[in-house]
Amino acid sequence: MTKILNVTNLKKSYRSGSEKLTVLDTISFSVQEGETFAIVGPSGSGKTTLLGLCAGLDVIDEGIVELCGKNMSTLSEDARALLRNKKVGFIFQDFQLLPTLTALENVCIPLELQGNKGALKEAKLLLDKVGLNDRYDHYPSQLSGGEQQRVALARAFINKPAILFADEPTGNLDQKTGEKVIKLLFDLNKEMNTTLVVITHDMTLAKRHQKILRLADGKIVTSEASILANSLEQ
Amino acid sequence: MHNIVWLIKMAWRDGRASGGRLFLFVASIILGIAAVVAILSFSENLEQNISLQSKALMGADFKIDSKQPINNEVVRLIDSLGGADAKEIKFASMASFGSKEGTKLVQVRGITSSFPFYGILETTPKEAGEEYASKKGALVDATLMLQFGLQPGDSVALGKSSIPIIGALKTAPGSSGMGASIAPPIIIPFDFIAESGLLKRGSRVDYNYYFKDDQVNLKQLATRITPTLNAEEADLDTHTETSERLGARYKNIGVFLNLIAFIALLLGCVGIASAVQIYIKEKLISVAILKCLGASRKQTFLIFLIQIFGIGLLGALIGTGIGVMLQQLFPLILKELLPFSITVHTSYQAIAVGLLLGIGMSVLFALSALMRTWYVSPLHVLRVQNVATKKISLAILFIGLAVFLFVLSFAFYLLERWDYALGFVLAIALLSLILRGIALGLIKLITYYFPTSWSFTLRQSLKNLSRPNNQTAILIIAIGVGAFLISTLYFTKDFLLDKTALNASANSPNLILFDVQPDQQPLVAQSIQQEGLSVLSNIPIITMRLKEVKNRTVAQIRLDSTSSIKKWLLSHEFRVTYRDSLIASEKIAAGNFNKTVVKGSPIPISVSDNLARDAQLIVGDTLLFNVQGMLMKTTVGSIRKVDWGSMQVNFSIVFPTGVLEAAPQFRVITTNAANETSAAVIQQKIVSQFPNVAIIDLRQVVALVEDILNKISWVISFMAFFSIITGVIVLVGAIRNSKYQRIRESVLLRTLGATSTQIIQIAVYEYLFLGVLGSASGVLLSFFGSQLLAILVFDTAFVPSLIPFMLLFPGIAMLVVIIGLFNSRQVISSTPLQVLRKGA
Repeated sequence: MTKILNVTNLKKSYRSGSEKLTVLDTISFSVQEGETFAIVGPSGSGKTTLLGLCAGLDVIDEGIVELCGKNMSTLSEDARALLRNKKVGFIFQDFQLLPTLTALENVCIPLELQGNKGALKEAKLLLDKVGLNDRYDHYPSQLSGGEQQRVALARAFINKPAILFADEPTGNLDQKTGEKVIKLLFDLNKEMNTTLVVITHDMTLAKRHQKILRLADGKIVTSEASILANSLEQ
Repeated sequence: MHNIVWLIKMAWRDGRASGGRLFLFVASIILGIAAVVAILSFSENLEQNISLQSKALMGADFKIDSKQPINNEVVRLIDSLGGADAKEIKFASMASFGSKEGTKLVQVRGITSSFPFYGILETTPKEAGEEYASKKGALVDATLMLQFGLQPGDSVALGKSSIPIIGALKTAPGSSGMGASIAPPIIIPFDFIAESGLLKRGSRVDYNYYFKDDQVNLKQLATRITPTLNAEEADLDTHTETSERLGARYKNIGVFLNLIAFIALLLGCVGIASAVQIYIKEKLISVAILKCLGASRKQTFLIFLIQIFGIGLLGALIGTGIGVMLQQLFPLILKELLPFSITVHTSYQAIAVGLLLGIGMSVLFALSALMRTWYVSPLHVLRVQNVATKKISLAILFIGLAVFLFVLSFAFYLLERWDYALGFVLAIALLSLILRGIALGLIKLITYYFPTSWSFTLRQSLKNLSRPNNQTAILIIAIGVGAFLISTLYFTKDFLLDKTALNASANSPNLILFDVQPDQQPLVAQSIQQEGLSVLSNIPIITMRLKEVKNRTVAQIRLDSTSSIKKWLLSHEFRVTYRDSLIASEKIAAGNFNKTVVKGSPIPISVSDNLARDAQLIVGDTLLFNVQGMLMKTTVGSIRKVDWGSMQVNFSIVFPTGVLEAAPQFRVITTNAANETSAAVIQQKIVSQFPNVAIIDLRQVVALVEDILNKISWVISFMAFFSIITGVIVLVGAIRNSKYQRIRESVLLRTLGATSTQIIQIAVYEYLFLGVLGSASGVLLSFFGSQLLAILVFDTAFVPSLIPFMLLFPGIAMLVVIIGLFNSRQVISSTPLQVLRKGA
């Protein structure tokens, strides 16, 4: 198996007033193609920052992040955007749908950005798959949290991403809805053979992944294979 | 191609669903543009109507005059202008009136019947002005008719010819003001002059050629033909020059309307700029999401730029439409208030300005806001970040420069003077910088000296002003600039009207008694006082002619074909006075006004600026006068700028005291008759007691001039208040735009258990801080700005008015608070979840 994400000695700090705040300190790990990977840790441990840097949403201070064989530090902002559009999918805790677009239009965006004329058809198929065939023309404000996250799922998978980053995908949902969303996420992931990197507080969810990376105070505490995931795989 | 179509589609999708936010944004543009278009259009209409009034003073757009029959060169020039539309021959002649005793020196005006093109010959009976030409009769000065007890149907003998009197002439275009001849006018048909052989060789005659051409650019025309006319001893006189003789008020109305137009432009900018800034700020998260999904910087930038362009276009179209409609409605709505009937027509200039401004300003101001989207990190999705880099500062600097040039070009277009345009725009740029400094100072003050002991609601409102992504600077600039413009309009209106009030004082003379002999002087004064009137001035007049100019005799100058000294001076009989001080209508332009004379040295006289120009004189030049047989050497001690339009008896030459007292002289006595009866009584009394005294009744002329000045005052007040109201509306729009950010925070507080009273208190305090600071800064800065305007632009004294401090400052601050409360009403009346879901 090839490494789809390879992080070596990654460092990131922010300036808070006159103080320098180290958020991530010498982080190294790798994710194999098709693997499911969970990043866990307490609040403020640097999980979201790590996800942002891995996905090329921000620039790193030191170290190397290679995503899909590309060194992110060498890519321009637009080249990183292009890479995200072609190879990456996103799911956020607070859904981050464009409030001014309908569900269908939100799902279309990644393919439309590529100039794909079949975006509408693909989007409808995916919305049908996530059970929102009667919600095409609804705006995010007209949808429940679970429905919004399902729209986000459809949008994340529409470009058949090589890797999907999810930041607390069930964080804003009740348990029952969260479980439904996670089932959909894993089903779609399996169907499309996507690599999955998920940030979560929920250890039950984390254990469903093949690997778990634990972070605390910006450092890796452990990196282990998940027994539950292994047993589930079997 | 696909890319562009998709970008437009995205711009449309986003705009379509932006709901209330977009409505507020478009409304701000519409308000700004409607204000600009309505003000520009109406102001242009008013200016044209005032211009029509000014044309009525001359009766034409312009005239060419000469004191001799025009030569072929001038004939060719007149032909090249399409030929004169009316002709006039004006000369002095003795008149007698049939059976009535006595003769009178009158000014005969032989005019072709088409004149005047503007205004009317005001006569009694009314139709006489139109019928005198066809009836081959004369219109005789009303005062003269009163003096001689003449009635229509009587006849007047001019030289050897006799002509029936058709009516009494009250006023006629082309003879207004104190510059009119002291001889009363008689108007006769032009052809009568040739038929009757009235003109004799050697008669002093004025030949006037009147033109009607409202399309011609008078300044360009003057530049083009004046050199030829000067060379041929002829002159061009335009209606604007005639009006300018009305004084500073007339000149200032043009500058004031231009200032109004400029302020309208700025109001439009304030409305658009604040709306765009707030609208784009709210789009940052959408930009970040799009970037996460793989959109490039260019794509996200273009999506919103296209959207703003579309919104700008829509706003500009609707705003321009509303502006034009408002302008058409004004005369209907204001029918009762308008002092004159106004002709309304669509101003294409205003429409073009509206459209260009709407699109240009939206895009330019959007660009500075959109630069933030260029550098916004996709990480913005995950956490709010402050987008501040050096690159943005540089880009915004360039965009700021573009905005500056755009506004400057518009300002120049409206003000027609680079110095005004640059001065005004720099002043506004400085104002915005000062206001920004005040806003940032407030934020720093809150950050470093936070009053921890204050109540929760007060502290929360202060925090709101200094939170990340706050709108404090934008709002203080918008409120401050709005208050500045509104209050500047008020200050300007006040000092302009104050000047008008002074000038239109009731103590202006309206009856002028000429040729009062020294021994008649006390008796005439007594007669006037017996009628309950007062003698306003008693001026000595001595007649004299020029003998030498700068040591060259008049004969030498006449023979010198290269001399540029105007020939009329060489044979003119000057009416000169002496006194030891200047009068209200005079200002020293060069040299010093000498009160008395030093024995043995040339007599220092004061000459008017127009005489100095025509005789090519500077201070120190010598003039030799023939004072009724006695030669008198003088030197130019000072040059005076004379306001010939003022209701004063003005002179081209003034001697110091102690020289001419013993010379043969007569007096001019002035008085003010309150009404027609009083004027008639005193005129009949003087004519019967002192037949040699000539009386000029200026009441009609004064009334005509005062009427125009009253209309100007009305225009100033109306445009000032209209623009002030527009400014307030634009301000309301700008503040309403800040609604959404505040709603979210209020809802969160509500969710956490804040009561309605607490939420209202926080909103009141927050907007009160913004309103008081913005409004106080704006009014205070306008106090200084208006002083500069008064001195540098309007050339008048600044009269501080208390209204901006007492009324505008608290008024604007209260208005800001009320809008703030109105903005929060949604939070109070809905459940938090409803609001949160709407805002999602």
